[in-house]
Amino acid sequence: MEKIKAEAVVEDLRASFKAGKTKAYEWRVSQLEGIARMIMERETEIMEALQSDLGKPNMEAYLHEISLSKSACLFALKQLKEWMKPEKVPAVITNFPSSAKIVVEPLGVVLIISTWNYPFSLSIDPVIGAIAAGNALVLKPSEIAPATSAFFAKYLPEYMDNSCIKVVEGAIAETTTLLEQKWDKIFYTGNGRVGRIVMAAAAKHLTPVALELGGKSPVVVDSDVNLKVAAKRIVVGKWGCNNGQACIAPDYIITTKSFASTLVEALKTTLERFYGKDPLKSADLSRIVNSNHFKRLTNLLDDENVSSKILYGGMQDEKQLKIAPTLLLDVPHDSLVMKEEIFGPLLPIIMVEKLEDSFDFINSMPKPLAAYLFTNNKKLEKYFIRNVSAGGILINDVALHISNPHLPFGGVGDSGIGAYHGKFSFDAFSHKKGVLSRGYAADIPARYPPYTPQKQWVLRHLIDGSWWAILLALLGFPRD
Amino acid sequence: MALITGKKCGDEEMGALGLESEVAEARTAFDSGKTKGFEWRKSQLKALLRLLQEKEDDMLKVLKEDLGKHRVEAFRDEVGAVAKSVDNALLNLKKWMAPEKLSLPLAAIPTVAEIVPEPLGVVLVISSWNFPIGLSLEPLIGAIAAGNAAVLKPSELAPATSEFLADAVPKYLDCEAIKVIQGGPQVAEQLLELKWDKIFFTGSARVGRIVMTAAAKHLTPVTLELGGKCPAIFDSLKSSRDKKVAVGRVAGAKWGSCLGQACIGVDYLLVNDEYAPTLIELLKGVIKEFFSNSEHLARIVNKHHFQRLCNILQDELVAASVVHGGSVNAEELFIEPTILLNPPLDKEIMTEEIFGPLLPIITLKKIEDSIEFIRARPKPLVIYAFTHDEKFKRRIVEDTSSGCVIFNDTLIQYVCDTIPFGGVGQSGFGQYHGKFSFDNFSNRKPVGRRSFLIEFSFRYPPWNEKKLQLLRHIYRFDYIGFVLCFLGLKRYSYRS
Repeated sequence: MEKIKAEAVVEDLRASFKAGKTKAYEWRVSQLEGIARMIMERETEIMEALQSDLGKPNMEAYLHEISLSKSACLFALKQLKEWMKPEKVPAVITNFPSSAKIVVEPLGVVLIISTWNYPFSLSIDPVIGAIAAGNALVLKPSEIAPATSAFFAKYLPEYMDNSCIKVVEGAIAETTTLLEQKWDKIFYTGNGRVGRIVMAAAAKHLTPVALELGGKSPVVVDSDVNLKVAAKRIVVGKWGCNNGQACIAPDYIITTKSFASTLVEALKTTLERFYGKDPLKSADLSRIVNSNHFKRLTNLLDDENVSSKILYGGMQDEKQLKIAPTLLLDVPHDSLVMKEEIFGPLLPIIMVEKLEDSFDFINSMPKPLAAYLFTNNKKLEKYFIRNVSAGGILINDVALHISNPHLPFGGVGDSGIGAYHGKFSFDAFSHKKGVLSRGYAADIPARYPPYTPQKQWVLRHLIDGSWWAILLALLGFPRD
Repeated sequence: MALITGKKCGDEEMGALGLESEVAEARTAFDSGKTKGFEWRKSQLKALLRLLQEKEDDMLKVLKEDLGKHRVEAFRDEVGAVAKSVDNALLNLKKWMAPEKLSLPLAAIPTVAEIVPEPLGVVLVISSWNFPIGLSLEPLIGAIAAGNAAVLKPSELAPATSEFLADAVPKYLDCEAIKVIQGGPQVAEQLLELKWDKIFFTGSARVGRIVMTAAAKHLTPVTLELGGKCPAIFDSLKSSRDKKVAVGRVAGAKWGSCLGQACIGVDYLLVNDEYAPTLIELLKGVIKEFFSNSEHLARIVNKHHFQRLCNILQDELVAASVVHGGSVNAEELFIEPTILLNPPLDKEIMTEEIFGPLLPIITLKKIEDSIEFIRARPKPLVIYAFTHDEKFKRRIVEDTSSGCVIFNDTLIQYVCDTIPFGGVGQSGFGQYHGKFSFDNFSNRKPVGRRSFLIEFSFRYPPWNEKKLQLLRHIYRFDYIGFVLCFLGLKRYSYRS
């Protein structure tokens, strides 16, 4: 995309925003309703695109993308009036008499760059937030999920207001050109390497950013749990989420040496029940998105010290871009599979003497997007929550928190900046503007020069909130 | 410029390595977990309060030395304001630290969830020279309250204050976890190369870009408190008393606070043509009443800024628009309160933030035009408006964007910790004061819990149509439909 075109797109959107189109409640409602209609009427097309881009089973497409986006849309529609209302706040004694409130306003023209693993929902979710907050926007879907990208390019213009919402398709060149423009916010979902590029580009214009990145989400498993249920939840959280290609999928497991083999057996049994003896043939597993990532994942297994630790799985089909669910036990901590986010169907299991040791291990690595703990031990749970820093924590389940619009979804440290979902999406694209109102009835001479010790006395006590000082001040003490 | 550490064991020359080891010590302190506890945070805030009380005289002295601030101004704007913030933090700390329980929809049962605030880690606070005590300690309060270790780099352009902070802070606060590192751009650059968990910067947009670019390398979240041209809209007020009070407030904000070198000071006035002469007369009167004695005014911070402001006045057209004041004293670094009437809009005085005692008055045909005037320019940190007209007030709030809006007064937002303090657009992003400071330096971590008791079999593969139908019902919160479907008595109707 040439620079001229990108500039023209932004200028167009700025004009629409300046004209006030996107601010009105009615406009926001109409757009959100448009999205909801699009999701309901085009469900088949969406599932087809996801099937084409990722081999995503219809069930997963429905569960994780279609239904989540639809409920996010309906949630926003239901709450929008409430969210848009100014919030009255207490005024402070030092400003007596005054009234204060916080008014919420859109940031302006925003850029949303989404990713390929949940190409539908990770595009629509931020778009919902941006629209609910009253902004104009450009959506740049990922080129690595081309069918979904084409879906947006075709259908968003049909269901939404083109003068305020635009889709720009493309790859690195187009993204770079877009990033050179001045935006009022940039919302990026993807990896840390590109996240740095996005933030550096934003810095040139002092544009605030939200970065939804990833990390190695650990699952700590205690021996006192209902193993059958825990195993099912871990398996569906890992391989039932795009075959492990999800930012909040379990990346690796930590458990005690004594419990490891029991856990492995439970996982094996569950895997076989879910995906059969020949998982490469299962219709319930997504494929790897493209040959680059396929190579990346198979490379992880090439390390001799790693491949020797395969306890289950390991089968590959390069033509189909399929890798079977693979369990690895006790890989070296410095191997690549334990240094980088796996984003695939390999699950290393790390063993420790006692579970408390797992916390140091987790904290020695960059902060992940999510951290999971399976236990019935309340003390361990408390310790985990207090000492493990992550974007979000879930106890005794995996990945579910992404579907709850009351929980902020976002990273910390290397896993990202900012959060969204539900009202947090609305806030992510808003500016909270304080509005203070005073009258002239009470004016305090102590504020103004010429300064005297008496004025300092009054100010000191005024700031302390002393009623006596306020009274004196209001009575005009001290007189010049 | 000699680089001096804040360590209590005497002054040392600190190179990049020394700097890194100081920061590493703060990291160790944080990793030990001691900054997380309620007791530690409370003790540090209390110590800060003691510092403010016991060292008050010293603080007023260095502010006089660096900026020529009168004791009362220094107390009002910096020392007193910070003490109030510490009090507020101590009062509310327990509440702020408490997890926030959430009520969740039925379908989420048996999930229980809460948001647990936790510290980010080791944070860097870079402050500015115009309110060198306030803009250093105010963010520090937030960092400490939120349980972080912190490194403060005060501005080298206020050297007496920087020296004071480097000396006093380690004496009162935990010197392993809270550090003061002095120095100029070189030291700032070295600090910015390290990995922080948050960077809080107050200063100019130019340096803000440098800070954010450096932060991007480590994916470090930043808050940028920048500036802008903050306008004051002056509508016609009926009563002469109101007029006088309003003008007094404008004068106070323009000249009474660091001689106009304040990010939330009034940069320029907007008034309608007919009213301008009255306004100018009123301003002249107030200047005489408040500022006859220049002892009650601050000074320009240094030669560079003094020269910058003189250069602005030297432009022919700008000089011609001066209607009051204009005299300068290079030795004292003093410029008297100066009023200009309709200087050219394309000169620096109206294109850049003035940050000095020059007050342009721009006249418009009607006062409502001020909204378009402001919209055509970068978003400022604050918009002031003196008016009783409720409709006009509504339009100002709805049709302009700024950090905040203040009606009929100036500067008061600085001490109001129930509204967020921060910019938007070119005036910055991120907010603080009050609980907003605590949140600024926290990670609000959602924690969800599930029990093993209730299990939905249709979550799991192998998948089939029936499981899909069950899920559709659940997602619509249609429990009756769900039960019927589960029992096989209903098929899901797609369009219902």
